Amino acid sequence: MNGLKTFPLGGVHPDDCKFTSQKSIVSIPIPERVYIPVSQSLGAPSVPIVNKGDKVKTGQLIAKGEAFISSNIHSSVTGEVEKIEDWIDTSGYKRKTIIIKTEPDVWEEGIDLSSEIKREITLSKEEIIQRIKDKGIVGLGGATFPTHVKVSIPQGKKAEYLIINGVECEPYLTSDHRLMLEKGEEILIGTQILMKAIDVDQAIIGIEANKPDAIEHLSKLAEKYKGIKVQGLKLKYPQGAEKQLIKALVNREVPSGKLPIEVGCVVQNVGTAFAVYEAVQKNKPLINRVVTLSGNNIEGGNFMVRIGTPIQKLIDFCGAKLENIDKIINGGPMMGKALVSTEVPVTKGTSGILLFSAEVSSRMKVYNCVRCGKCVSACPMGLEPIVLEKAAEVGNWDLAEKYHVLDCIECGSCHYTCPAGRPLLDMIRLGKNKVNQIIRSRVK
Amino acid sequence: MSTYILSGSPHVHDTQDVKKIMWGVVYALIPAFLVSVYFFGIPALMLSLLAVASCLLFEFLIQKYLFKSSELTITDGSAVITGLLLAFNVPSSLPWWQIVVGSLVAIGAAKMTFGGLGKNPFNPALVGRVFLLISFPVDMTTWPKVSPLNTSLTDVITGPTSLGIIKEGLMKGESIGKLMQNVPTYTDMFVGNIGGSLGEISAIAILIGGIYMLVRKIITWHIPVSYILSVFVFTGILWLINPEKYADPVFHLLAGGLMLGAVFMATDMVTSPVNHKAQLIFGVGCGVLTVLIRVWGAYPEGVSFAILIMNAATPLLNNMVKPKRFGGA
Repeated sequence: MNGLKTFPLGGVHPDDCKFTSQKSIVSIPIPERVYIPVSQSLGAPSVPIVNKGDKVKTGQLIAKGEAFISSNIHSSVTGEVEKIEDWIDTSGYKRKTIIIKTEPDVWEEGIDLSSEIKREITLSKEEIIQRIKDKGIVGLGGATFPTHVKVSIPQGKKAEYLIINGVECEPYLTSDHRLMLEKGEEILIGTQILMKAIDVDQAIIGIEANKPDAIEHLSKLAEKYKGIKVQGLKLKYPQGAEKQLIKALVNREVPSGKLPIEVGCVVQNVGTAFAVYEAVQKNKPLINRVVTLSGNNIEGGNFMVRIGTPIQKLIDFCGAKLENIDKIINGGPMMGKALVSTEVPVTKGTSGILLFSAEVSSRMKVYNCVRCGKCVSACPMGLEPIVLEKAAEVGNWDLAEKYHVLDCIECGSCHYTCPAGRPLLDMIRLGKNKVNQIIRSRVK
Repeated sequence: MSTYILSGSPHVHDTQDVKKIMWGVVYALIPAFLVSVYFFGIPALMLSLLAVASCLLFEFLIQKYLFKSSELTITDGSAVITGLLLAFNVPSSLPWWQIVVGSLVAIGAAKMTFGGLGKNPFNPALVGRVFLLISFPVDMTTWPKVSPLNTSLTDVITGPTSLGIIKEGLMKGESIGKLMQNVPTYTDMFVGNIGGSLGEISAIAILIGGIYMLVRKIITWHIPVSYILSVFVFTGILWLINPEKYADPVFHLLAGGLMLGAVFMATDMVTSPVNHKAQLIFGVGCGVLTVLIRVWGAYPEGVSFAILIMNAATPLLNNMVKPKRFGGA
């Protein structure tokens, strides 16, 4: 493939381990109970509007996002609200969760369940943004930022490019890859809808070179869509990070501490584009998503899962055994979170569940730092993890701030590459946390 | 409920670790080691083994009896490197007890005093070498002549190194053109058929080791290339100004310990800067200082001093020269 682009600064090359890339998306059965946390997006938790004993239909609004950065949550099943109580979620903490005992599916009125592709966009820009908000769409790449906030361009700013993130640079994950192959047309229509929402005439879909079939498929489809271009990207982690992707595709650098709109870009994941298509064209709220189940020693696959399904059900459906599994990860191996239990439900941000044995996922022996500088070369933000780690270790928060700890995107490249196995990102997270606290206390 | 490992991301790791890197350097030193044994014979072999053994022993003793640490780091390979490099930096005729003393200084004073691997500001082998040079100047500058496949236990015939010939001759007022007739051919210097310290003689063997380290991603090109190139450019300018007074740049590249220094000593990750920009400055600094000492200094060779001085400048370089920051002003 010619003309592949990438970002210039830093980055690492972990084995991509895309074992499940050729496995089609399979819907898994609805479990007896779903556990829907009210906090599934960045920002404030949503407020439940149902009570214990209420009957709900599939797709019915059950919790409202009332704050500016928050999102609506819909019931992913039909059934009875059994209780609203604290349940363990992907964060490892117990959070308010709506538990619904399921019955056979009865869908909320007005949701188009046909598989027919609806190409014509009839809604206006404002109606699109309202619909995205109503249907609880959030960024499905993992960060779960409410999409309606992202597509509401602030006063005085102008978007020039919509960037659709099909990079999927995390090893193992293939949910976006499968979606691009199986729902390519819908993704392109979703892209058009998003272009209308942010008022741009150019969109670029960035896909890494390890998905040649997706690049080819979407490029071919995109010929029929004006203003949408597909761009292949060289394999390099973390290319799917917003700032790195913008740099790779349009060669613009988002200034430190600023958002992509500063350089005229809005970035959305391919999964989000698909969800936007369903919300706007089909009136369907975000109640399911594609989840990759993979790991070492398991066959895995890509599954369409209702939000709130305990991951144990997914593991059972796939026939995976947990005997030799020592670590369970929600998301990819570079940025995902280790889970405490298999009772944790799939949420809007769950792009994958990885099952690892200790040999793959244990931390290595820690040596003294040998000042090799690999962390510095690997950092895609041009930071010096070697200094940031030291600063956090001795509690020198001024130094951490001076060395731009807040610019860190927590991609984990430094930690991944460190030959001394030092817990660089752990310490940097601590630094970020403390520096953020200090900055907040200054404002007061 | 079963318990699963909980830790922050990332959950996977590159396969390279400190131990593999250190042993990688040891493997990279093998070609130069074989050449030295070929040209200097049994004494070179004995001296190298003795240096490695003493370095390991001193690190072990200090860790066990001074640090009272239960963890032993002698298997990480770094002490082996120090021992080999120290042996590479001395004449093969050096009395055996002196290399032991040198090893004690290298490991004891230059490495363990600061806390062991990763903590030392100066390259331990170079500290050991300079200590020996200052303490035993005669033994450290008596160079046995090469005698391939010599199996006798002692070297007897000695002669000056190429840099020594130039330095002394110039001081006596002779011209370069005449002096160059007395130095070995460039082919001999490239292969290693010349007098000098154990491991510095063969440019080709050192370059093979260097390429191996580049491929294994143990070193990057920045320091060796900027070091060697700056020596070439600096001596080239001098040579163009007055070829009767200054030796030509190719001679400077092949003579003395430049190759060994640029590939194995200056690239020591512990004592060189962490970012590439600072590494380039570090390399140029090493190059300029080496030439200054060789051409105008009292010693014929300046590689060890140049690298040690730049080691001292490393924290400063790390502080002053910053990598390019994404989205920075």
